[in-house]
Formats: sequence, structure tokens, C-alpha cells
Amino acid sequence: MAKKINLIIDGIPVTVDEGTTILQAAKQLNIHIPTLCYHDDLCVAGNCRVCVVEMKGARTLPASCAMPVAEGMEIMTNTIKVRTARKHIIDLLLSEHNAQCTTCYKNGNCELQNLAAEYKISEPMFIDLVPFKNYQIDAYSPSIIKDDSKCIRCQRCVRTCEELQHVSALGVAYKGDKMKISTFFENPMFEVVCTNCGQCVNRCPTGALVERNYVEEVWDAIYDKGKHVVVQTAPAVRVALGEDLGMEPGEIVTGKMVTALRRLGFDSVLDTDFSADLTIMEEGFELLGRLKKALVDKDPSVHLPMTTSCSPGWIKFIEHTYPEYLDNVSTCKSPQQMFGALAKTYYAQKKNLDPANIISVSVMPCTAKKFEANRPEMRSSGYKDVDYVLTTRELAVMIKQAGIDFGELPETHYDSIMGESTGAAVIFGATGGVMEAALRTAYEVVTGREVPFDGLNITPVRGMEGVREASIKIEKTKPEWKFLDGAVLKTVVAHGLTNAKKVMDAVRAGKGDWHFIEIMACPGGCLGGGGQPIPTNAEIRQKRADAIYREDAGMKIRKSHENPEIVAIYKEFLHEPNGHKSHELLHTHYRERERY
Amino acid sequence: MANNFLRRVDLIFDQDCNFKDVLKSTYQRSNDDIINELLESGLKGRGGAGFPTALKWKFTSEQADVEKYIVCNADEGEPGTFKDREILFKVPLKVFGGMAICAKVINAKEGFLYLRGEYRFLLPELEKQLAQFQSILDELKIDFHIKIIMGSGAYICGEESALFESMEGGRGEPRNKPPYPTVSGFRKKPTVINNVETLVYSFMIFRYGAHKFKELGTADSRGSKVFSVSGDTPKPGIYELELGMTVEQFVEEFGDGDTKAVQVGGASGFCVPRKRFKDTIIGFEGVPTGGSMMLFNSSRSMYNVLHNYLEFFEEESCGQCTPCRVGCQQLKLGIEAVKRGERHATYLEQLQKLAQTMKITAKCGLGQSVANSFFSIVENFKEEMIY
Ligand SMILES: Cc1cc2nc3c(=O)[nH]c(=O)nc-3n(C[C@H](O)[C@H](O)[C@H](O)COP(=O)(O)O)c2cc1C
Ligand code: SF4
Ligand code: SF4
Ligand code: SF4
Ligand code: SF4
Ligand code: FES
Repeated sequence: MAKKINLIIDGIPVTVDEGTTILQAAKQLNIHIPTLCYHDDLCVAGNCRVCVVEMKGARTLPASCAMPVAEGMEIMTNTIKVRTARKHIIDLLLSEHNAQCTTCYKNGNCELQNLAAEYKISEPMFIDLVPFKNYQIDAYSPSIIKDDSKCIRCQRCVRTCEELQHVSALGVAYKGDKMKISTFFENPMFEVVCTNCGQCVNRCPTGALVERNYVEEVWDAIYDKGKHVVVQTAPAVRVALGEDLGMEPGEIVTGKMVTALRRLGFDSVLDTDFSADLTIMEEGFELLGRLKKALVDKDPSVHLPMTTSCSPGWIKFIEHTYPEYLDNVSTCKSPQQMFGALAKTYYAQKKNLDPANIISVSVMPCTAKKFEANRPEMRSSGYKDVDYVLTTRELAVMIKQAGIDFGELPETHYDSIMGESTGAAVIFGATGGVMEAALRTAYEVVTGREVPFDGLNITPVRGMEGVREASIKIEKTKPEWKFLDGAVLKTVVAHGLTNAKKVMDAVRAGKGDWHFIEIMACPGGCLGGGGQPIPTNAEIRQKRADAIYREDAGMKIRKSHENPEIVAIYKEFLHEPNGHKSHELLHTHYRERERY
Repeated sequence: MANNFLRRVDLIFDQDCNFKDVLKSTYQRSNDDIINELLESGLKGRGGAGFPTALKWKFTSEQADVEKYIVCNADEGEPGTFKDREILFKVPLKVFGGMAICAKVINAKEGFLYLRGEYRFLLPELEKQLAQFQSILDELKIDFHIKIIMGSGAYICGEESALFESMEGGRGEPRNKPPYPTVSGFRKKPTVINNVETLVYSFMIFRYGAHKFKELGTADSRGSKVFSVSGDTPKPGIYELELGMTVEQFVEEFGDGDTKAVQVGGASGFCVPRKRFKDTIIGFEGVPTGGSMMLFNSSRSMYNVLHNYLEFFEEESCGQCTPCRVGCQQLKLGIEAVKRGERHATYLEQLQKLAQTMKITAKCGLGQSVANSFFSIVENFKEEMIY
């Protein structure tokens, strides 16, 4: 047990574990200390200095986020010294800042703005530095816009990209008054190793890093009478959207969201969960195919372990970082792109629509999906398969703009076709979910029996541990899968690219004897995606995960291969998993990219 | 008036020193004995902060880690300082010797000398001396190795934790403290980091004994120190002087007869105006200095002097923390605006409050010390700031 430390904050005695910071100790007393560079998910930087407090006997005001408690410490959080210093610091930040709040994308959800409001900053105290700066906006990326004039240099983005993602696309350049956040050779984010995951966007306290938003484009499409606008919603959106619309984290809002989308004017409200189920069929059979080639045909060209491919942040990461393993990546497109390819083919045929008149919109927890939709590989319908990608946050903006009282909406069900789904698809939104869904189907295909886990819940692959291994023994197979009888299928799950790197380094070093690897670029999986409501932290992500597993448990059908619409599409259109048609529309290959 | 108090000393540059014997005899003593002698001498760090050297060594020796380091800070970036260069040029062996003694006390096997980028010209000779040093260690069967690492020319890399970051290949940004280097320094391991001069004096204390050092100086500032004298003086250069003199005594020796101010301790130090020469002692009880002494005569504009310093800080701040990064820019633009009459003279008071905030909230010594020259120049030369 940790040693206990006694200290006094604002006259109130408190006892905390050794190693606690003053900021954390104050929180236990419900004393709020303002912060900017501090973030729950990141290591402490201590660079903004707004969290300073007075410490008895000290010459300086320590930053409470960085100062560990000590026995007998006496801390004052609200003295004239502290207040003067904080006002100065906020004023200094504002003097460097292009504070055009009314036209800023983060207006209303900005930590700097909140702080300025809290301290009632009125007259600027110091000289406006903005005219002296040559601030740049990087708006080349289809995913992320970086506006240096809104940056407070807290380095949360830098720490995110380095600690959580091990990408380090963003770093600090120059020093002194010229210090800024930049990329390799100051190239646009679009042209560097950035994976577009948006984790930095999720943690940027200001409007300096935001998603490129397509709200106007989507409204225009909706208003265009000549267009048939379909929308798909990713699994993780339904457990997070509520947060941006006044609800607590962890609320499941699937039915309300469907109603809202209809009210916004989408012609058809469909579900990415449908194509998640389809992904399981395609990817599951692909895995079984690779295993057969390896074990029965002894084909040396087969690439194992196979990794998942549904996270476009992960795809861009492997293209840059482990290109020699691109053949190990499942050839399946992400559920978003499978949906897009089918919307302008299968769906168009069934609905008797000209695909040229279909606008396909997706709502994703993800900023990397914006980049993905723009990839040249994603036009197999003959058109751009997905026209516009909105984040969860952008959907919330549209719902507010439409004047909808979200909390009071009735719940309705998705349209058909491509609106039916299973519990296996919902759990795609959580780390380990694809693995669990794949195992539910693959095990049953091979043995004819359900996976041997209580209530189909494959708990070993669940949780928030960064890397989780699980194995499942395959016994008493059906005759055609005899070669797998007695085999132990070894799997590993990783989320956050720093953890992905651990797994891939093990593969590269020949240390991992896994068959199947699930990787999600974002912490917690899609539920912690870069397009999800801000803020994010471990507690919020856990609540979203709990909601996802609740949603799964409540579904009538919980195995992808039992989705009636999936059964139908194979019968009428695709004919068989991994078949010719599938390969034309649903599979692809990725390419090597530069390592910087 | 005859200058009775300003004593030149020659403790460290003396060439006639049996290096090997000093090292050998010191290595035969117990660690406690060594620390006590150093404590007895009263030696305080010569890099600026003035922390008692014996305590630094002691704290580090008490850490349980197997891996520990001794780092010699030869980044010498403070404007007007060039004494470490002189020491490394003339008596490098003694610097290495100080490191070796420290290594014994803290039980370090590796030491590093972080050399200012601009001092690259010293490198060939230093490497030669280092080879000689290593061969003496081999003879004495002492398992300790020193590597020289080149800095990249940023002033902030002289700050100890930024220096570690730089040595580890990172960006030179100061870390949060605590933990201090004695607990977590280079590679997050307990580390003694000392200025070049501190290490030379440590070595000389084991040559002459603590008493010889202690005899010199005052209660708060023991011994002698090396000064870099520059500015309006007929005799710029490097001088080893006993501590405890007043600025007046110093000016009598080095001034040109028209000295109006002395900047003690470089850009991050204090400006002493003529009216304060008499009662200001150079040392930890008065104005401390890492060695830089700049004299200004009445032809100099103190506005320009301050502006220069602020420009220096604006550029040399690492830029990570708000008070320093933005504060330096505001102070510089602020005095410009007052000078041009765009802001009322009372704006200087607002800027002084800002400097005070920087002093107490900046993350490292750089931002904290900007206020020193700002206050001491603005307060003493207000008219020059305004008109
Ligand atoms: C901005 C800044 C620059 C510094 N530059 C140097 C330097 O060039 N050389 C040096 O010895 N100490 C420098 N220091 C002080 C070091 O951080 C550290 O205190 C010193 O090396 C300790 O050695 P000492 O105990 O022997 O004085 C600097 C400090 C700051 C804040
Ligand atoms: S980043 Fe924040 S403070 Fe800056 S303009 Fe946008 S909303 Fe306002
Ligand atoms: S871009 Fe955002 S997160 Fe990054 S340093 Fe600037 S304000 Fe902080
Ligand atoms: S989007 Fe992801 S990879 Fe790109 S800079 Fe941000 S955190 Fe790094
Ligand atoms: S005080 Fe200046 S140099 Fe020191 S950490 Fe802050 S910005 Fe960097
Ligand atoms: S929140 Fe503590 S220094 Fe930024």
C-alpha cells in the first residue's frame, strides 16, 4: 500500500497516497483548479502554468498538475498572488491568440474560451501579438484542419501522437517566440506520417486542431431534391452521440438517433452494423481460407498472422511503418467502405435507383474515415463509394441546427435494406469486438456449435488492457474443417497505435505465434475514436464500452451469420463469402508509403 | 584609494600540480571523508544556482540505483561568460579529475562533458587530454569513463534538465522539478550535474585541503571564483578573484573611470547602478554571479542594454511555458511601445507586475530570471526607458 501523506489545501486537511499531485489532491476536496496542458490520458507537461497555486514557504508558485504532495505541505489555491498570476497567464495566451470566437469551430466547446469567461477577461491587458506572427492554416487534409493561430502550445497533441499513437507526426519546432507545433519539414499533415486518427483533435483544448467538417455539403445534398441521400451510422456513434446533446456518457441513443436522422431529411437511414456483419463473414472466411492454405495445402505464400483492416488509422500506420506486412492485412475493406460500395450497387439495384443520383453519407466516430473515403481504392461502385463522412460531433451539430430536442425524440428502427444487424456488429465499436464477433461466427462455421463461452460473451478479449491475448481450442469440427480439429486458434487484440506497435514488433521479431490480430488505432477502439464527443478519458470510454456490451446483450440476434439481410445478400447478390463479386466490391489492397 | 580588498588568487590555473597523486590519495579516502571535506570547504555551485556541492554529491550517493552519472555542464551560454572555456583550455585534466572524484563518491562508472556547440574548436585538444586522463585511470585501476557530448548551441540546454533531454536526443526543454537530478537526471537516473568551475574547485580542494579554500571569501561565499570581465573596461579578460568584494572595489580595478552600471551575472543577473556600488557585495549574500561581469559607462543607453537582453530571452526561451514564451515578447514590445510613446509610462508598472508573475510561475530558471535584469534596469534607469 502506498504511503499516506497529510497536507492542507485552502485550510482543509486531506490525506492522500504518496505520489499524488496537488491537482489530484485538490480534486478529492472538490476544489477546482483550472488546467490547460493537463490531460487525464497523457503524461504531465506542466507548461501552460494556469494551474499554479501558492505553497507556504516556497518562493515560486508551483504548477499543481506537476507538483507531488509532501508531508505537511500547505497549499492555497485562491490568493491574490495566484489570481494575479493566473490572470496574467490567461491574458498572455490571449495576446498570442487569434480570438475570433464567433467564427471558430470550437466556439462553445473550448477550454481557453471557458477559462477566459471564468476569469472575466475584458480589456486586453497586453499588446496584441497576432499581427507580428505569420500564423499558418493547414487545410489540405480531408480529415483534419490545423490552425496555428488558435494554438496555445500546450503540446497535448504532441504527447497524444507520441505516447498513445507512437506516430509523432506532430512535434515542436523552433524555440522562443517562434516555437510552434509542426510536422516533419513543416509539410502539410496530409503528406506526413499522420494516420488521421484524430486523437490529437480529441485532446486539443482549442480550435487549433479540428476535423474538416462536411456539415454544409451534407445539408446541400439533403436539400437537393434530385438526390437520394442514404446515411449509415457506425456502431460506436450510438453510445456517444448523447454526450454532445446534453446526456451523460454511456447512454444508448440508437433509436433516437435514427429518428433524428430521418427528421434531418435523409432519404434512407441505414446501419454500418449491417456491413460490420458482412465484414465478419468476409474476414472470417478469409481467415479460415488462409488457415486452410497454410495447414492443408502447405502453401508457403500464405500470410499469417492475419490482421484486421477495419480501422483506417491502423491501415495508414502499417502503410508507413510496417509495409512489409501489408499482405498480412485482411483484404476486407472497412465496414464503412463495404457499405458505400453496396449502396451504389446492390442497394441501387434493389431500390431501382440510378447510382449517379445517390449521395452516400456516413456518420463515424472517426476522422481517419474521412481520409479513407477519399482514397482512390474506394471507388469500386464506379462512383465515390462514400461521398461524405461526418463525425459523431458533426451529426450533433446538425441535430442542434435543425432545432431538434433530441432527448424527447421517440425511438424508431433503421430502414431496410442494409439496416438490419446483430449484437456481433455493435461490438465492433469496442476494442476486442471484431475479434469476438469473428470468433462467434468462425467457431460455429467450423464446428457447427456456438462458441463455448457463457452467453456468447468472449470475455478474455474484452477490457481496456492495451494488448490482450486469447486462445480458443477448436474441437469436434465438421468434416470439411477436419484439418482444424484440435487446433488452438491464437489471437491478440491491441488498441491505440502504441500498442499496435508492440504487437507488430513482436511479429517482426518472430515472437508472436498468433493467427489473428485485431488492431484498432484508437484507445478503447472506435468508441474512443477521434470523431467522438470531447472530452475523452478512461472513465468516459469505459462507460461507452459498457453501453456497447449492454446493446449487444439486448439484441435478438448476436451472430453475424444469422443476420437475415446478410443471408439474403449472399443469396441474391454476392453468392458466397470471399467470392468473385465480393472481391470486386468489398476487398482491396493497400500500398507502401514513406516512413516520415 | 588603494584597493586593499580585491585579491587576485591563483588556485586553479596553476600548472604545477601532480594530478595523479591528488587522484590517488583522494581515492584512498572514504566517501564520508570526501563529502565532509567538501562540506567543510563551503563550496557552492558555480553554474548559477549556488547549491552546496557536497550536498549534491551526498544526495546522489544515497540513491540506491546501480546506474548513476556525473555530468559536467560546459554549455556556458550566459552572455558575457567565457570562463569555462578558459578553464577547459588551460586545465582540462583538473575538470576530469573533479568528475572522477565525484564518480567515486556517488559510484558512477560513466561521466559526460556537455560541451557548448560553439566550443567545438576545443574538442581535439580535449580528446587528447581525455586520453591521457583515461590512461592515468587505467594505471590507478579506476573504472570510470568520460565521454564528450557536443551541444547544439541553444542557451536553454545549459539548464540541467534541458541538458539531459538534449543528451538523450530530445528537444532541449526543461523538465518539471521535483524530481531533481540527484534523484532523476540523465536517463532518469540519479545524476550529479556540476559546472566546469565547480568541478575544478572540487579537485583543488582535494589538492590543497578545505582550509585553504575556506580561508578565502565570506561566510556565505567561500573561496575564490573565476570572473569574465567585459564591456567598458580597459582590461577585459578572465580573472580569478577572492569572493566578497563590493561592486565598488571591482569597478575601481576594472572600470574606465566612467562606469555607470555593472551587470552582474549576465542577462539573467542584476544590474547594479553607480549609487549602489558601495553597498553591493558580489556573492550569494549580495548579487550572485556565474562569472559574467559587464561594465557600462555613461555613453551606453540602458534601454538598449535591456532591449538586447529581452531580445536574447525572447529568442532563447525554449518556448514551452506561457509566462516565459509570451512574457518575454510582451516585455520587449512593451518597452518599445513606451519608448515610442505609444503606451503611457505607467505601462512600465504593468510590465513589472508581469515580470513578477514570470519570476514566480515560469517553469525554469530562464523565465524566472528575466525579472532580475528587467527590475533592476527599469527601476534604476526609468528616465532612459521613457525618454
Ligand atoms: C537557462 C539556464 C542556463 C544555464 N546555463 C548553464 C551553463 O551554461 N552552465 C552551467 O554550468 N550551468 C548553467 N545553468 C545552471 C544549471 O542548471 C545547473 O544549476 C548547474 O549546472 C549546476 O552546477 P553547479 O551546482 O556546479 O552550479 C543554467 C541554468 C539555466 C536556468
Ligand atoms: S480556439 Fe477557443 S478561444 Fe480561440 S477563437 Fe476558438 S473558441 Fe475562441
Ligand atoms: S494544436 Fe491544440 S493540442 Fe496542440 S499544442 Fe496547440 S492547442 Fe495544444
Ligand atoms: S491524427 Fe493521429 S496520427 Fe495524426 S497527428 Fe493526430 S494523433 Fe498523430
Ligand atoms: S521558463 Fe522559458 S526556458 Fe524555462 S521552461 Fe519555460 S519557456 Fe522554457
Ligand atoms: S495544467 Fe498544470 S501547467 Fe498546464
